[in-house]
Amino acid sequence: MARTRPEPVQVVKQRRDAALNAIVEGVPYIRFLNTTFDRRGDELTGVLHFDNKLIGNPMLPALHGGVTAAFLEITAVITLSWDFLLPKIETGELEASDIADYQKVRFPKTVDFTVDYLRSGLPRDAYARAYISRAGRRYASVRVEAWQDNHARLFAQASGHFLMPQPKADG
Amino acid sequence: MVDKAAIARQFIEAIPHAKALGLKLTEIGNGKAEISMPYSEELVGDPRTGVIHGGAVFAALDTCCGAAVMSHPSAPGGTATIDLRIDYMRAATPGQTIRTQATCYHITRNVAFVRATALDEAEGLPVATAAGSFTVEGL
Repeated sequence: MARTRPEPVQVVKQRRDAALNAIVEGVPYIRFLNTTFDRRGDELTGVLHFDNKLIGNPMLPALHGGVTAAFLEITAVITLSWDFLLPKIETGELEASDIADYQKVRFPKTVDFTVDYLRSGLPRDAYARAYISRAGRRYASVRVEAWQDNHARLFAQASGHFLMPQPKADG
Repeated sequence: MVDKAAIARQFIEAIPHAKALGLKLTEIGNGKAEISMPYSEELVGDPRTGVIHGGAVFAALDTCCGAAVMSHPSAPGGTATIDLRIDYMRAATPGQTIRTQATCYHITRNVAFVRATALDEAEGLPVATAAGSFTVEGL
């Protein structure tokens, strides 16, 4: 049996990057927080680009705890959405242009989110990665880690529960 | 005697991120604080519905909890969040101001315990509730 030829790399990259951009760029709050996402294969890293408006303690100075929490929550939701949508994007069932359509695409909703502040956030860029502990049909459990200069020295970690988008009821 | 409420208000209003969110300290004293966050297009989490992002509600609640700790009669000075958990009950109604209310219900030499609620303009079911622990630091 002849196996199908792999798609050209630029076609794969273009499709995945367009889908990721469509998920992230539509959200005003992600822009407000100066957050972007790096993609390596299926793996996403949230990047919080430092700005003075993210400061919560001007004396130290340190990042606002709410900024840290929001950055972790955004990383969790985007990673979960990405994990949920990627198979559909890969098969072509879903196009980047469909993502803005509320009828076609729904996103997970946060049920609860708990943040552990391990050390104060320094006034510089931060990175975060989310790990999906379990993605069920209704609920998902996600753990998130954030670091700055040194990945081994996390400045915050979080865990949360999310309600997955439900297929529309018949009728 | 130092007016702790005045210090706390000054401290909160000097926070760059509180300014960016448009936070207003409406009440403070005796371990209780109230902060409001006006609706803003910048804070929207889902452009298709116009609902404010949960992260912005988290930031408002965190600030309010910190303010409540600082206003407690037994708190000597500053504070930082150790841990904060938020439960999101429902989407905030687009266009409405979010009001957060926090109470520091217990404080020791090292730790302050806080509970908080976020409401929109509809009374009744809160948008979110929070519970957390904070550090107790000297001035």
